[in-house]
Amino acid sequence: MLLTPAVAPPAVATRCPYCALQCAMTLTPSGRGATVDAGPGGLCRKGWTSAELLDSGRRLTSPLVRDGRHGRLREASWDEALDRAAAGFRAAQLAGGPHAVGVFGGGGLTNEKAYLLGKLARIVLRTSQIDYNGRFCMSSAAAGAMRAFGLDRGLPFPLDDVGEADAVLLVGSNLAETMPPVVQHLTRLRERGGSLIVVDPRRTPTAAAAAVHLQPQPGTDLALTNGLLFLAIDEGFVDEEYIAARTTGWADVKSTVAGYWPGRVERMTGVAETDLRTTIRLLGKADKALVLTARGAEQHAHGVDTVSALIDLALALGLPGRPGSGWGCLTGQGNGQGGREHGQKADQLPGYRRLDDPAARAHVAAVWGIDPDDLPQPGRSAYELLDALGTDGGPRALLLMGSNPVVSAPRAGHVQSRLASLDHLVVADVVLSETAAMADVVLPVAQWAEEDGTTTDLQGRVLLRRRAIDPPAGVRTDLQVLSGLAARLGHATGFAADPREVFDELRRASAGGAADYAGISYDRLEAGEALHWPCPDEQHPGTPRLFLDRFATADGRARFVAVEQPIAPEPVDDTYPLHLTTGRVATQYQSGAQTRRIDSLTATAPEGFVELHPFLAEQLAVQDGERVRVVTRRGEAFVRARLTDAIRPDTVFVPFHWAGRQRANLLTSDALDPVSRMPAFKVCAGRIDRLEEALR
Amino acid sequence: MRRVVVVGNGMAGARLIDELCRRDPGVLVTVFGAEDRPAYNRILLSDVLAGRREQADIALTPAPSRVVQRLGTAVTTVDRTARVVHADDGTQTPYDALVLATGSTAIVPPVQGIAGHDGRLLEGVHVFRTVDDCTAITAGATSARRAVVVGGGLLGLEAARGLLARGLQVDLVHGAGHLMETQLDATAGAVLRRAIEALGVGVHLGSFAAGVLGGRTVQGVRLADGREVDGDLVVLACGVRPQVDLARAAGLAVERGVLVDDRLRTDDPHVFALGECAQHRGAVYGLVAPAWEQAAVLADVLCGGLAAYTGSRLVTRLKAMDLEVAAMGETSPEPADSGAGLEVLAFCDPTRHVYKKLVLRDGVVTGALLLGDLATAGAVTQAFDRGRPLPADRLHLLFAGLGTAPAVDPASLPADAVVCTCNAVTAGALRSSGCRTVEDAAGATRATTGCGGCRESVRALLEAAAPTPVLVPERRSA
Repeated sequence: MLLTPAVAPPAVATRCPYCALQCAMTLTPSGRGATVDAGPGGLCRKGWTSAELLDSGRRLTSPLVRDGRHGRLREASWDEALDRAAAGFRAAQLAGGPHAVGVFGGGGLTNEKAYLLGKLARIVLRTSQIDYNGRFCMSSAAAGAMRAFGLDRGLPFPLDDVGEADAVLLVGSNLAETMPPVVQHLTRLRERGGSLIVVDPRRTPTAAAAAVHLQPQPGTDLALTNGLLFLAIDEGFVDEEYIAARTTGWADVKSTVAGYWPGRVERMTGVAETDLRTTIRLLGKADKALVLTARGAEQHAHGVDTVSALIDLALALGLPGRPGSGWGCLTGQGNGQGGREHGQKADQLPGYRRLDDPAARAHVAAVWGIDPDDLPQPGRSAYELLDALGTDGGPRALLLMGSNPVVSAPRAGHVQSRLASLDHLVVADVVLSETAAMADVVLPVAQWAEEDGTTTDLQGRVLLRRRAIDPPAGVRTDLQVLSGLAARLGHATGFAADPREVFDELRRASAGGAADYAGISYDRLEAGEALHWPCPDEQHPGTPRLFLDRFATADGRARFVAVEQPIAPEPVDDTYPLHLTTGRVATQYQSGAQTRRIDSLTATAPEGFVELHPFLAEQLAVQDGERVRVVTRRGEAFVRARLTDAIRPDTVFVPFHWAGRQRANLLTSDALDPVSRMPAFKVCAGRIDRLEEALR
Repeated sequence: MRRVVVVGNGMAGARLIDELCRRDPGVLVTVFGAEDRPAYNRILLSDVLAGRREQADIALTPAPSRVVQRLGTAVTTVDRTARVVHADDGTQTPYDALVLATGSTAIVPPVQGIAGHDGRLLEGVHVFRTVDDCTAITAGATSARRAVVVGGGLLGLEAARGLLARGLQVDLVHGAGHLMETQLDATAGAVLRRAIEALGVGVHLGSFAAGVLGGRTVQGVRLADGREVDGDLVVLACGVRPQVDLARAAGLAVERGVLVDDRLRTDDPHVFALGECAQHRGAVYGLVAPAWEQAAVLADVLCGGLAAYTGSRLVTRLKAMDLEVAAMGETSPEPADSGAGLEVLAFCDPTRHVYKKLVLRDGVVTGALLLGDLATAGAVTQAFDRGRPLPADRLHLLFAGLGTAPAVDPASLPADAVVCTCNAVTAGALRSSGCRTVEDAAGATRATTGCGGCRESVRALLEAAAPTPVLVPERRSA
């Protein structure tokens, strides 16, 4: 006799918790957790295993507080924890004024959370000191796009265009490992006879699948791009008609890139002229061509200028604003797009408005029911905020949500000491991250499967994440945390904990802004509409393709910006003879707070390592698998050597997912881009030391 | 140094001004240019000659509007005591820092009949140095039939390329035993010669031009050994001479060029020099790259920085018709040189016009030649620039793709090799899954369901792992 199963719990269609691809997934409640099924676009292994953290013993299920500076964290009630959190903020502001409290957010937070966090900072704490870890991801691409097009939306066209293009230039992205399901678009491109060109100092799985792989010295993408533009002129691929009709500033760019003749670019980049020519011919002859950038090009002290060079190349070829062609950037974090639009950034108000724009202040102040003059002015950027913590004139208390800077910030050893110098640190997280472990108050929060919310994916499409199961007892949502804190700090209203209610307020706050969400509603998203912002009213179909008729500048034309390859902020020398670069591996994510706690992922990628070429290993007498010390001017990390001929012999690569002495960011530089304030994560000077026998 | 006067608006002077204005928005700059036109990119002149670019397309980035440009105006004297320069328009311009970027002039060789009594070149004979020279040559090329290029160095070869592109029959005469003898060894010179001969260029080596043929207009060139080469257009590419008259008249220390120290300072602390007119540690450079390196250093010095110039490593690149050449450093160590640690590696494939050579001392690249196949040019030039010992493997610098593991046949992967990286599915797991199709394997193991990039590998592996098909005999009814 068969057992009759109970009524099957409903499967819930939602989105993956990880990267900006936001793959469709279905969650079916099972026990205290859920099982995962892929949507039509597939999932990578992180997506398949994401539910393992839902019923994991490693997540936090009770608030924690620390008694005294050197006390241990102990469990506390929500009331005690929130009271303590609020009291610490009040005390800091009583002593040091409103800006004595800082707020640090994350690009993984939903639109609703990012919005409410910014609102809390501006009208409850009234502090200028708010920024978020997206500064470390998207700020250079955003600034480059703003100055060229007057608008920043990662992909100003649908992602599907990638598979329909004839040539794609991918600069500084290893998407086969960082967002694997995108590869199906590249496969389609190849099957249609299109060409992929990858620029990366490593022959990543993405580069290995390319028709052409350019392998420049880290930090020289700008010279390489200007060199490509030199050759575009040389070979007659410049679209003069487009330039005349849709752009300004070409003459300066043309004369600047005349200084990037192939022989000079070879010396700067190490990329041979013949490969540059092959590349420009593929791009120049393509009917539809895309130039895509990612962190490899952007995370530099000259990241914005590098983005400008790549946009200049795209403009010279006549690509942006032409259906099927264009420039775009591949956003990284889950809500890296929406997270940079709604006010958790130092200089920004919801709807991608500027905090220093009087009209923007007036609009948002009206939605919030305050006097515009009560809004603070722009404050410090992410690294500068962390660097100022506990110093004279810097914040003495910090609210941190959705980020783990002890692992993810540059010059992490220094950042850790700044965090340690705070009087009061409050961290909301799912697990006891390395940063949460330093906090005075730890607030355990719900995961993606346990709450509703929206994210905006890399193509500017707003997506609905649905609650599939209840959070464990003792866990609250981030919105509940913000609502509870606001109430304790004197704002009993205006901070709803219901995502739909917050989203409806966000719609009003964003209305008329660049990132206009006014016409996007939970009802429309639930009905399955594919809505890309701007979407100004409920009848509006959204805007999958931007710039078809005009760019978002005052005169409607795109701006060329002439840029030069600067001298490296940290050139290699006899003490630090290697270029050190950092990045990701396929089965870990960001600071690893989630993925290091999923056994099946750590089984594949259990520990940090440094990739080096066998030629270099031979010179250093380092064996594969040997533990070594990687040293830069900021510090040292201890990781295993991994030999691979896929990397330039003058370059080493350290992934940044691991904590403690394996932290890549103990090594990275805090040199910042002058425009975007992006740290130079992607290159600094370093060396590898062998360890004494006892340390190995 | 608030008031900077730059004499010379060529590649060096214009670059200095650009670097200076980037660093110091308050600096006051006056530039004198002998040519009455904005600065242009001399590197691209050979493209203009070849008809690949328009003259209007080679302008350098215009100087910021606050830079006072005195174009078509020559500086006549420098009063170093008063710190004032006098120009031929009668003006006087005071300076805190004076920069000489006067460049060089083309050498006209002592060839009988090449110039009239007034010093003017015979009609149809041109040097190749400026935009005006280029205009004159291209104008002449429209009516000329045969061109003779005198000089087989870098510039002569580029001129030959340009004239060939304009449809002229081209001969090239060169006094040395092989082409580009400053940069190339004899073997490379021979490869280069064969390559350009294959394109129809007549090459005449080993004898200098001794006289020109013709009366009012040129009709050819007579060589010292008696050979005669016909041509109604003659282009002289016989090298350049640093333009040091102004410096010498001002009493500055001058040898071949104006002597400068590591701060690019002359023996007068208020006077600097850079580019082709400057002589640093005994070297006078005739390429743009060193001038730009000097410009970056001098801009820093003028802004109070501590930068120092220690000399440049020269890399010469030539695109002579189909053949490309990269040459750097010492390329012909003396045969008798058995200096400790000297290594010379060479590869020659004459029929394909390919020649490659590496010279190393103590494992460090001190010179290299690449002809015909420049796929490793980026790696070689960077190795040469850095001066660090090479790995034991030298071949990767000669042949692209060496130093890279060959693709692995999926069928031979060990059991623990990960085939689907998205889902960490190993070769062993796929083999033991018993699946026969990619679709079955996707269902059983999730392989291929992430990026799908492993699809072909999975298929090959499953096919290889499949047991030999067994024919199941048809069951007969009893």
